[in-house]
Amino acid sequence: MVEVSGIYKRFGRLQVLSDVSYRSTKGDCTALIGPNGCGKTTLIKTLLGMVIPDAGTVKIMGEEVNRKWRYRTHIGYMPQIGKYPENMRIGQVIEMLIDLRKDCASPDEELLDDLALKKIYSKRMGTLSGGTMQKVSAAIAFLFRPDILILDEPTAGLDPVSSEILKDKIRKEIGKGRLFLITSHILSELDGLVSHVVFMQEGKIMFHKEVKQLQTETGEARLSRVVAQIMLAGK
Amino acid sequence: MKKLIKYNLLDIVRNRIVLAYTLLLALITLSVFSLEDNAAKGQLTILNLILYIVPLVCIVFSTIYAYNSVEFIEMLLSQPVRRKTIWLSLFCGLSGALSLAFLAGLGVPLIFLDQSRTGILISLAGVFLTVIFVAIALLAAVKTRDKAKGIGVSVLLWMYFALLFDGIVLFVLFQFPDYPLEKTMVGITMLNPVDLARIMILLKMDISALMGYTGAVFREYFGTNAGISVSFLALTLWALLPFYFSLRNFNRKDL
Repeated sequence: MVEVSGIYKRFGRLQVLSDVSYRSTKGDCTALIGPNGCGKTTLIKTLLGMVIPDAGTVKIMGEEVNRKWRYRTHIGYMPQIGKYPENMRIGQVIEMLIDLRKDCASPDEELLDDLALKKIYSKRMGTLSGGTMQKVSAAIAFLFRPDILILDEPTAGLDPVSSEILKDKIRKEIGKGRLFLITSHILSELDGLVSHVVFMQEGKIMFHKEVKQLQTETGEARLSRVVAQIMLAGK
Repeated sequence: MKKLIKYNLLDIVRNRIVLAYTLLLALITLSVFSLEDNAAKGQLTILNLILYIVPLVCIVFSTIYAYNSVEFIEMLLSQPVRRKTIWLSLFCGLSGALSLAFLAGLGVPLIFLDQSRTGILISLAGVFLTVIFVAIALLAAVKTRDKAKGIGVSVLLWMYFALLFDGIVLFVLFQFPDYPLEKTMVGITMLNPVDLARIMILLKMDISALMGYTGAVFREYFGTNAGISVSFLALTLWALLPFYFSLRNFNRKDL
């Protein structure tokens, strides 16, 4: 469902992505990990068409996306730092998006209920805390029942309760055969969720493997230990 | 598309700065007309004010607003929405809201108090300047990634159009007094929307003494009515071209 091949991207003098190729199919939950500034967010943004690659192709649902826009009906995106018009209330933002997305007849409001966002619908976006803002972003990502979900640091600013709610939701949606791409620094958060790991360093994909395979290779059960092992071995 | 424009428009209209801008314009209009008995003098005072205030407020506000919308734009970009739609609705929202503020604060009181064609023309020129400087602001904002730098560029552009341009033109004229520069001057005037707006209104008011060199040449060259039409056309181009370039840039931009 998601296929990128030979992506190059340069920001000024900095080569952010070089020859990145990766594919992932229905039901996969991929953790995209790597040190800060290794190009994770840039890769995600090329999938969304926010960053236009210098070379290479991106295919979503078998279709090349080159500056098209309709394919984004299939994607739900939760940004690392979501910011919204400060004057608008939470309810207005949600209503606006539902209003814009006539293609989705019945929005998935489960997270809006579970994260208790409906109770604070009248709060202005400008007054929200970082965590609440993230809850809004999460709810929006799942709102239109997309086939592909891209979550950038989904649990970084959430309290433990909300974080669990979100993880339960992710688990549930994986069961429905949706494709997930999650970046996170807190690897323990991803334990038990992810089926594949993509490890990036300096704009390159170092490896893309199944979690089970990695576990047998390293002899560690927990994801954070697995990755730590690999990073140490790399040095 | 319509929905996005509506959302942008509502967001901007509710902004306190825009409200303050409306009140400021209303205050200026009312006080000028209560101080002056002569309508023409009042119009002139207002004209000189709007030629500076409208571009300054529009360009600075729009630049800041464009930068503050970056995250909102990102949110929309993750939805199935065309980039063109997003940028166009930002442009329409900004120019619509600021034009409304201008008309509410200055246009309507002016037409009401003054009841002359000139009042209507001044309002029209103000709306043109609003749209033009919103377009220039968007171009400045899309070209510069850094917010402080972008706002700086906007202020410099305003200074160039409002203050420096005339100085440069005069300088050139005094350097080449022996050459027939009249036609060239008409061309050069087209390069500054503020001058165009000024000339358009002064042509209508027919105050030769205040027209300045370029204005006089303009009238001689085109005559009053054709002169007004030509400046209209040039102003329209001034609104469309910067916006077109900003849109082209936005379509290729990494966010």
